[in-house]
Amino acid sequence: MAKRKVVLTFPPERVTQPIAYHLVKDFDLIINILRAEIYEEETGRMVLDLEGDAEKIEQGIAYLKSQDAKVQEAARDIFLDEDRCVDCGACTGVCLPGALSLNKETWKLEFKKEKCVFCELCVRSCPVQAIQVKF
Amino acid sequence: MVKTFEEINERIKKGEAVVVTAEEIIDLVKEKGIKRVAQEVDVVTTATFSPMCSTGAVINFGHSDPPIKMSKVWLNDVPAYAGLAAVDVYIGASELSETLGLRYGGAHVIEDLIAGRPVKLKAIGYPTDCYPRGELETYITKDRLNQAYLFNPRNSYQNYPAAVNSSERTIYTYMGTLLPRFANATYCSAGQLSPLLNDPYYRTIGIGSRIFLGGGVGYIAWEGTQHNPTRERTEKGLPVSGAATLALIGDLKGMSTDFLRAASFHRYGTTMFVGVGVPIPILDEKMVEFTGVSDADIYTTISDYGVPLRDKPALGRVTYKELRSGEITLRGKRVPTAPISSYAKAREIAALLKSWISEGKFLLQEPIESLSQDRTVESLEILREEEV
Ligand code: SF4
Ligand code: SF4
Repeated sequence: MAKRKVVLTFPPERVTQPIAYHLVKDFDLIINILRAEIYEEETGRMVLDLEGDAEKIEQGIAYLKSQDAKVQEAARDIFLDEDRCVDCGACTGVCLPGALSLNKETWKLEFKKEKCVFCELCVRSCPVQAIQVKF
Repeated sequence: MVKTFEEINERIKKGEAVVVTAEEIIDLVKEKGIKRVAQEVDVVTTATFSPMCSTGAVINFGHSDPPIKMSKVWLNDVPAYAGLAAVDVYIGASELSETLGLRYGGAHVIEDLIAGRPVKLKAIGYPTDCYPRGELETYITKDRLNQAYLFNPRNSYQNYPAAVNSSERTIYTYMGTLLPRFANATYCSAGQLSPLLNDPYYRTIGIGSRIFLGGGVGYIAWEGTQHNPTRERTEKGLPVSGAATLALIGDLKGMSTDFLRAASFHRYGTTMFVGVGVPIPILDEKMVEFTGVSDADIYTTISDYGVPLRDKPALGRVTYKELRSGEITLRGKRVPTAPISSYAKAREIAALLKSWISEGKFLLQEPIESLSQDRTVESLEILREEEV
């Protein structure tokens, strides 16, 4: 069994298509949708784990591409530069899974990496560029 | 009991002044009552650390040989205003780099200067008998500048609306990223620690007040642009939205990047986090009442940034206590909240200013003129010449 974490970006007209259904049914993949959203000018974005036969994963990805989806390797790590961070809290407003939060006593930023789904929304929401993606 | 600035300064000089932060005084009032606190406490320190676009610096480079009358100037490719004397410029925080766009602006130039990093200066001029040189390119550092002072036409907003987005798409604003369909709310005030919320009628904060600015000492130079003291207030006298503002000035050379930090808001542009600390003398019991306010007493308006008009719809009022809880209820929906202004930094500044005053290193300056209490804000109408 192989496993890959990918980020899919798909155009507006594909947003409603049951992409996940096909991955399960046609390619025997176990999928775990970490995050799905309709985003900006109605572009869809999904972060998911694909688990299954390595070859089937490749086929599944090829299928996704044939559906005009952009497939990217998901970020492996989100890196917080604590010296640069000013604890403003701006990033916590977009981190819906709650990986980034302000401590209610100290009002300093806390990053609970285990909750992160690698959506990268925080990266561009940080006004002092204290959060970086590592691949 | 009434105290004067002079009496408080005498106590500061002797190292006897009792100084507390605007956060500490809240519990003190609960514990001891207004009367006793008025007798015991001399100064309350307030602070804020928020992004403010109306930030900039005046710089004098000194003269080159042969000299130049600089008419166009770039600092690290960011244009600076040079329509002043030959080698004077003003660099604004939100001016963008001509090569890096939204990622680097005047704010970053100011931060680089404070950090002691060399900054590329490019200038062109029109040669005259006085100033024969036509152009130059060189590198400057803060230590070699004659003057470098921060001058912020607007800072320290008394209060500011919280932002939400009713529209169907994510919007990128100076209030941060606002997710569609009210999926989040952001707010930008230090609330109970914020200077002008602790002196709502500007009894002790005014033109000439000595303050903490960016890690050094600064002064209130004037009322800030868009100063709007006539805003609706609660029964405690606290405005329910953006109201008074301050124009601030201070020596850039004494500042630190810990308290002045360049920012770039995604798809909005550059701005600057500015650390400000303002001491409030406890002249009488009224000042204890004012400085004793807590986040539960301070309201702000929820404003819909999803509507791209000047007058954004107001969707209700919340207290800073509710905003700080991490969640508000808006139209029956739970909306997560996030600040844009750093409360941790504001606390750090209030504590630092407290220690400066307690150690006798920082004296209070009584305002030489009060801030206006009746100014209103006009808007800009688009007119043809004959309509004026
Ligand atoms: S990438 Fe950033 S915003 Fe997204 S879940 Fe991780 S920490 Fe939160
Ligand atoms: S937005 Fe950036 S500076 Fe602000 S708390 Fe998050 S990581 Fe820190």
